[in-house]
Amino acid sequence: MIPAAARAWLLSEEPASPLQARLGVAYLGWLRFLRNPLAVAGLIIVLALVAVAALAPWIAPHDPLAQDLANRLRPPLSPGHLLGTDEFGRDILSRLIHGARVTLQIVALVALTAPLFGLLVGTVSGYFGGWTDTVLMRLTDIFLAFPRLILALAFVAALGPGVENAILAIALTAWPPYARVARAETLTVRSADYIAAIRLAGAGHGRIVLRHVAPMCVSSVIIRVTLDMAGVILTAAGLGFLGLGAQPPLPEWGLMVSSGRKFLFDNWWIATMPGLAIFIVSLGFNLLGDGLRDVLDPRGAGR
Amino acid sequence: MAAPRVEISDLHVTFGQRGRRVRAVRGVSFSVAAGESYGLVGESGSGKSTILRAICGMAPVSAGSIRIDGRPVPRGRAFARLVQMVFQDPYASLHPRHTVDRVLSEPLAIHGIGDRDRRVLAALAAVGLPRSFRFRFPHQLSGGQRQRVAIARALMLEPEILLLDEPTSALDASVQAEVLNLLQELRAERGLTYLMVSHDLAVIDHMCDRLTVMENGAVVEELRREQLAAGDFRAPYTRRLFEASLEAGG
Repeated sequence: MIPAAARAWLLSEEPASPLQARLGVAYLGWLRFLRNPLAVAGLIIVLALVAVAALAPWIAPHDPLAQDLANRLRPPLSPGHLLGTDEFGRDILSRLIHGARVTLQIVALVALTAPLFGLLVGTVSGYFGGWTDTVLMRLTDIFLAFPRLILALAFVAALGPGVENAILAIALTAWPPYARVARAETLTVRSADYIAAIRLAGAGHGRIVLRHVAPMCVSSVIIRVTLDMAGVILTAAGLGFLGLGAQPPLPEWGLMVSSGRKFLFDNWWIATMPGLAIFIVSLGFNLLGDGLRDVLDPRGAGR
Repeated sequence: MAAPRVEISDLHVTFGQRGRRVRAVRGVSFSVAAGESYGLVGESGSGKSTILRAICGMAPVSAGSIRIDGRPVPRGRAFARLVQMVFQDPYASLHPRHTVDRVLSEPLAIHGIGDRDRRVLAALAAVGLPRSFRFRFPHQLSGGQRQRVAIARALMLEPEILLLDEPTSALDASVQAEVLNLLQELRAERGLTYLMVSHDLAVIDHMCDRLTVMENGAVVEELRREQLAAGDFRAPYTRRLFEASLEAGG
């Protein structure tokens, strides 16, 4: 728990530095977040994913790529293989643990690129209005009109299969919703008096958009990103399943489900274990997103 | 009489929305002398705030002219250093995610003015806020405190003309008087020129040397403070406004 002195410093009504003021607000948000047990569960799942991915070489009991044909298709709870082995005798638990790295890499790169691009397009579109708005939003509509997985498939087919191209394809298909969210938020903000005031102070458009409008849209976008992460993981797994994402023998969860499909009736665990991992991590991001919505909702932040 | 600081002649502002045209200001003329405090009075919708917005370039001027010191209004940074505005609602005019410090130092950053720490602290002192408020967020301030921050922001660039758009109508009665007195003191100290908009004749009477009464975007009459105090007005509309403000104040 946080010691009383630190708590008093964080909750001070008279912060002495911008850092203290910001941390104080963050701490209040954290307290609100803690009141939601499901959100905390989501956070724990996501943190566990990060920890497992970071420590994969040390906590995985076996080499995820080492084949052992003598021990193939062992069921869960067999000695030395907690979750069993797959058709090449590779340890499923070790593959899941290393697969967390691939999943996290996809999630992190998509979460860094797509929302930033969407935020930029959305705020510029909403702020300038007129022709800029029309052109950017029609472009967004075109991207939105395609089902996400289909568009990602098209990109991957054009760029060639592989994790990097899967990430690129998912990022290219993921930005339009963020642009929409940011634009909607910008429209409510741009006529506000505080924007008029900073314009009267002589600020240029770039400064207004980046430093005054965009921060108001960030929280909606962050919520949306966390809720979308489940979808991103599923899309990545889907691409892997279809053989267009990660390539064998890389331990990617979607790919593992795909290869286990052939044995589903006799050796259910090969497809089920990575499926469960995808399910749990997606659920974790969804719960976290729900909790963040309560904390970051701009309409709740004023109080 | 001194040369007019702000001169508005035959100003028309028309908002057009696809065939539906709203003539918000129709042929308004008046001039404000340097160092004077000038009032615009009228009901809501009479076009008085639109005139302030037109001066700031935020409303479409369809005819007439606005001149400052005999020249057309400059735009951009030159305008920012000459004219600033205090908005009506202090709950809407401060960025909800910026601390007081950020709100006050942003104009300095835009104009590349250094020595920000000292200037921010001086501005807080000038509007009567303690230094400890510097890193608070707007939601940690009361309405009157917020309006003081908004006034401090308007003064950061040391403008000569301040446009006041109903600066006290969103505040409690007791706080109103404090803010009005603060504005009076600042004007005396810095030799500012005020152009103030209000629907409340009592506020205008307290603040302004001369005033123009407006109705439906047009001028009803121009009055001096003495005439207002003596109840010496010709137009029945002014009398109605006067009686309304007596009732509200009484």
